[in-house]
Amino acid sequence: MTAVLELTGITKRFGALTANDDVSLSLAQGEILALLGENGAGKTTLMNILFGHYAADAGDVRVFGQTLPPGRPRAAIEAGVGMVHQHFTLAANLSVLDNVMLGSERLVRLRSGRSAARAKLLDISDRFGLPVDPDARISRLSVGERQRVEILKALYRDARILILDEPTAVLARPEAERLFATLREMTQEGLSLIFISHKLHEVMAASDRVAVLRGGKMVAERRTAETSANELAELMVGRSVVRPKREAHAIGAPVVVASGVSVAGKLDDISFAVHEGEILGIVGVSGNGQAALGALVSGLGGPTAGTLRLGDGDMGSLSARALIDAGAARIPEDRHAEGVVGELPVWENAVLERLRSKAFSRGGFVRRGAARAHAAGLIDRFDIRGAVPDTRTGLLSGGNMQKLILGRNLASSPRFILANQPTRGLDEGAIAAVHAELLAARAAGAAILLISEELEEAVGLADRIQAIVKGRLSRPVVAEDADARRLGLMMAGMWESTDAA
Amino acid sequence: MIEALEILTSASLWAAVLRIATPLIFGVLGALICERSGVLNLGIEGIMTMGAMVGWLTVYLGADLWTGLAMAAAAGAMMGLLHALLTVPLGLSQHVSGLGITLFASALAYYLYRLIVVVGESPPTIVPFRPLDLGPLSDLPFLGPVFFSQSAPTYVALLAVVVMGYVLARTPLGLAIRMTGENPHAVEAQGVNPIAIRIGAVMAGSALMGVGGAFLTTAAFNSFFPEMVQGRGWICIALVVFASWRPYKALLGALLFAFFDAYQLRLQTVVEGVPYQLFLMAPYVLSIVALILVARRAEVPAALMTPYRRGER
Repeated sequence: MTAVLELTGITKRFGALTANDDVSLSLAQGEILALLGENGAGKTTLMNILFGHYAADAGDVRVFGQTLPPGRPRAAIEAGVGMVHQHFTLAANLSVLDNVMLGSERLVRLRSGRSAARAKLLDISDRFGLPVDPDARISRLSVGERQRVEILKALYRDARILILDEPTAVLARPEAERLFATLREMTQEGLSLIFISHKLHEVMAASDRVAVLRGGKMVAERRTAETSANELAELMVGRSVVRPKREAHAIGAPVVVASGVSVAGKLDDISFAVHEGEILGIVGVSGNGQAALGALVSGLGGPTAGTLRLGDGDMGSLSARALIDAGAARIPEDRHAEGVVGELPVWENAVLERLRSKAFSRGGFVRRGAARAHAAGLIDRFDIRGAVPDTRTGLLSGGNMQKLILGRNLASSPRFILANQPTRGLDEGAIAAVHAELLAARAAGAAILLISEELEEAVGLADRIQAIVKGRLSRPVVAEDADARRLGLMMAGMWESTDAA
Repeated sequence: MIEALEILTSASLWAAVLRIATPLIFGVLGALICERSGVLNLGIEGIMTMGAMVGWLTVYLGADLWTGLAMAAAAGAMMGLLHALLTVPLGLSQHVSGLGITLFASALAYYLYRLIVVVGESPPTIVPFRPLDLGPLSDLPFLGPVFFSQSAPTYVALLAVVVMGYVLARTPLGLAIRMTGENPHAVEAQGVNPIAIRIGAVMAGSALMGVGGAFLTTAAFNSFFPEMVQGRGWICIALVVFASWRPYKALLGALLFAFFDAYQLRLQTVVEGVPYQLFLMAPYVLSIVALILVARRAEVPAALMTPYRRGER
C-alpha cells in the first residue's frame, strides 16, 4: 500500500482561531479514510486546504508524490483530487452536462465539445453505477441525485482521490447506505477516498481507517476494525458522552389534540394527542408532510379540515403570537432560517418572541437591561458556550445556537413544545445536551411533539411513536414495542398490520 | 384612423424601427452579459453618454468613424472596469456603484467635452455614418429601404446578437459566464476563477454600451449633447428582464420598443386633439405592460447581485 496523498504539518489560522494545528495525514491507495470530528474541529478547513480553496499558513500537501501549490483548486483538480462539497456547488438552472463540463475545457474555444463530453459522462456513469440524465436540469433533481452529479463532476475530471464533506448530511438513511456501497465499489476501480463525518455509525460501517480531529489537532488514528463506536465518541468529544435515557413516569391529561386534521395537498386526515409529561415522536423520511405539520402547530398555518385543540381552546386559528401567549413553544426545523436572526446579538434573539411582554418593554421602548440580564441567565442556565449577551448570534456553533433556542422556549415553562428535528446537524455532545433539556421539560410536565428523522432519537426520547408517510399518520405505537423492523415498515407506509397502542 | 393604419405599411416606419433599435440592441446586450455573470450594471446610462461623447470626439479630432466606435468601446470598458473593481473584488453594493458610475460618467463626459471642444452658437458637427448603398438590394421595394439601407453599425448590432447568442450557448467561455451568474462557488470548485470572469464580462458589456452610445453621435445625429442618451440605458435594463436574459429575446424587445417609439412619432402628425406628451409616454407605458406580461416567467440568474467572496457562502 503506497500513500497517494500526504498532508504534513498543516497549520491554518483565522485571526485568533487556529483551525488546524500541525495536522499530518496520509491516504493509501484504494483506502476509505473517515475524518471524524465534532463541528468546528477543523475537518472542513483541512479538506479545503487540500483542495486549494485555502492556503495553509504552514505545512504542505503532496499528491502522488508531487507537492501542490497552495491556494489553487485547479492544480488540485489536475493532480487528480476531486471534492464533493457539503453544500453542493451546482448551478441549479443549468443542465447536468453543463455543470459537469465547466472548467474541463480551455475557456477560449470556438465550440464546446458537447457530444464528446456527453459520451464520456455516460461512460463514467455506467462504469461506476451512477445513473444520470445529462440533459436534466439540476433544479429538477432530488438531493441524492444532485450528490451523484457532484461525484460525477469529480470523476469526469479524472479524480483518483475523492474527498466527500459530510456526504450524508442531506441524505435519508437508505440513500446514505446506497452511497457508501457505491463508494466501496469505487475503491475497486482504484480510487482512494476520504469522507468527513461526525456520525459514528456510518464511520464504523463504511471506513477502513479513522482519523479523529479535535480542536484542530489530530488526536488519534485507528483502524476501523480495531476500534469501537464508544472509543471513537470519546476520542472525538474528549470525554465520554452518553445520551440521557428516558425515565418511565405517569403521563397526564391531553394538551394538544388533533382529530381528522387536513391541510390541502400536504396533510390528510391526521389525528394525534400529546399529553402532559409525554413526548410523542413523529418519524418519517423527510418531505412526507413534516414541514406542514410543523407549521400547523407553530401557528403559521391553519387546518383546512378537522379540529386542532390546545387545552380547552381552538389551536388551528391562533396566530403565532397568540399561540406563544397560550403557552406553546416552538423549536423550528431550520435554526438559521426560522430559529434565530443571525445578524442580531444573542440578547435580542433571546427576547424576540416576548418583546411585547411587560418584562422586556415599557411604553414602546425595549428594556435593554432586563433583556440582557435575561439573556445572561439563559447563557448560564443552558450552558451556551462562547456567548455573552452581545455576541452576534450567527457566530455561535449549531449546538450553542440550538441551546439558545431551547433556552428561549423553555424559560417560560411552556405547556406544549414542538421540537422539529431538534438535533439535525449537531454533534454528539450537543445532541446529548438537547436531549437532556427535552427530557427535563417532559419531567416538568410539558407535552412535547418531536418530529425526527433519526430513529435512535425517536426511540430514545419518545413515549409513543407515529410514522408520517405522504401526509398521513400511522396509529401510535409505544416506544417499548417499536423495534427497528416495525418502525421501518411504518415509515414505508405499511402500518395496517401493526397494532394501536 | 385610416391614416394611422397606413403608417404601418410605410417603409420609412420600419426603417426607423431598426435605426432606433440599434443603440438599444448594443445597450441591452451589454447589460445582459454583465447580468449573466451576476453583476447588475446601472452605470449603463452614464457609460452610454461617455461612449457618445468619446465616439464623437474621436471623429471630431480627425479619426475615422470606426476608430470613433472603437474608442467609445474602450471608454465604456474603462468605466466597466471601475464598476467591476468596486463590485466584484470589493463586493460593494451593485446598485450604489452603478448609479454612481452613471452620475460620474455623465458628468465627466460633459466636462471633457466642454474642456476640449469650443462650442459656439450651435454645437459643432461631424460627418456621420451614411446609409449603406447595397446596389440592387437597396433598390428593392420596401425591403430595400428597411433592411438594406441602414448605416453600418446597425448591421454590427445585429451581428453582435448572433455572436453573443452563440458564445453564451455554445462555447466554454459562455458556459463559464452563465455558471458564474448562477453559482460562482461552483465555478471556483471547478478550477475557474469567477472573479476574473465577472470583471471580464462587465468590461465587455460596458464596451458594448459605449458603442451603443456612440451610435447616437456618429450615426443617428452628428453632434453631442449631454442629455442625449435620454433614459435609453434604463430602458435597456428593463429589456434585459423582458428578454429573460436571452440575446435573441433581447433583440425582440429592443425592436418592440423601437417600434412603439417610431410609431408614436408618426402618429403625432396624423392624430389631432391629443397632447403630444401622451404619445411620447406611450412606448414607456407599453414597455411596462410588456414587462408585466412576460417578466413573471423570467429566469433570473440565481447569483445576480450576490457578491462572491472566496470561502464564504
